[in-house]
Amino acid sequence: MENLISMRDLDPKHILNLIDKAGKIEKKEIWPDMRGKVMASLFFEPSTRTQLSFDTAMKRLGGEVIQMSGTKGTSVEKGETLSDTVKIINQYSDIIVVRHPLEGAARYISEQVRIPVVNAGDGSNQHPSQSMLDLYSIFKTQGTLSGLTIALVGDLKYGRTVHSLVYALSSFAPKFYFISPELLSMPKYITEDLDKLNIRYEVLSNFEQVVPELDIMYVTRIQRERFADPQEYERVKNTYIIRAAQLKDVKSSFKILHPLPRVNEIHVDVDVLPSAYYFEQAGNGVYMRQSILSTLLGVE
Amino acid sequence: MKHLKVDPIKEGTVIDHIPANKALKVISIIKPVNDDIVTIGINFSSKKFGRKDIVKIEGRELTSAEVNTISLVAPNANVIIIRDYQVVNKRLVEIPDIIKGSAQCGNPKCITNNESMTTCFTTVSRDPVRLRCSYCERIFDIDELKVD
Ligand SMILES: [Zn+2]
Repeated sequence: MENLISMRDLDPKHILNLIDKAGKIEKKEIWPDMRGKVMASLFFEPSTRTQLSFDTAMKRLGGEVIQMSGTKGTSVEKGETLSDTVKIINQYSDIIVVRHPLEGAARYISEQVRIPVVNAGDGSNQHPSQSMLDLYSIFKTQGTLSGLTIALVGDLKYGRTVHSLVYALSSFAPKFYFISPELLSMPKYITEDLDKLNIRYEVLSNFEQVVPELDIMYVTRIQRERFADPQEYERVKNTYIIRAAQLKDVKSSFKILHPLPRVNEIHVDVDVLPSAYYFEQAGNGVYMRQSILSTLLGVE
Repeated sequence: MKHLKVDPIKEGTVIDHIPANKALKVISIIKPVNDDIVTIGINFSSKKFGRKDIVKIEGRELTSAEVNTISLVAPNANVIIIRDYQVVNKRLVEIPDIIKGSAQCGNPKCITNNESMTTCFTTVSRDPVRLRCSYCERIFDIDELKVD
């Protein structure tokens, strides 16, 4: 593995290796020694939480971090090309973590530099470290990625984390339930791909009837801006609010995941249930990012 | 009614089986230079396709890169190379697995439309032609892309 740009580049073996290493780091069985390594954290578009998670991951392994957050006051604002900017950063650091508003920017950067590049989000395309921490969370709570029954709830049309997750899990014989307002349903090109792969899935308009079967419920935010008609938004939003009362009859290993931040799609009364896992999920991000960074730098 | 025939040429290239009304698109890919003589036939009848276009370029043999780019607008075209009135080579165009630099991504938020760089697509299906941008990873029907 030279870079982490897209979940498309990872085969199941890569995924399981990264998960395995994250688990060992979390259990303190290993401590990849990153002393003397410098991570350049280039956030052309700010995302405080993702940037902090990468910084923490690097520093807790003894590494150093240099960072840029937003382009104000930088050479980018003076009209420097992206290629020039990153070639200079290449001189200062051992690995680049980049978030950029343009889709494909991370792949392009990886072609311009001689050090590993991690994509921390390129527009609405990919955010593979988020996908990997989702997979790590699923693995940790279920003991496997194989043969799971997973409901995806919320915005399935624009949610890139949901799309990445569907593709990544497709190698592990899943059964999916897609639950969303019609306007925000799973894009056809994805369901067509699933048909080709013989993946089992069902499209539903509410989740209650399938709750007892589920291993994982992955919830995403329904954004008001997606609706041209505000009345349509008002009409559907409450259908997709998850409350504790709806989760009485669940498997003991059942977990609810959410990439956060949430607005109101998971009611706070769910937070106290053993199935509420979204805060731990965010914490798993640090171990997964440590696994990714150390693997790309060849540190065991 | 008598069929209109295009005169044979001495040297050059004949591109046959272009989908009807795509001849001008093919011309824009070939970019004829000053002394190329180009004959365009539009809406000829064809046993295979009902209607088809034909393009002839006198005095020039197309390179394989040009032929591959033509495949993006005319996936079933037949490219015939003529020397001294004889057919010396005849082949179907083929959409390559990877297409570099010939098409422009249809996504305005794609890096390829914002930096000066070469585009790259991988072919996901040939019938219908669908290509995935290697950068923004979106899949496009060929009609959604600007081919040049
Ligand atoms: Zn693109």
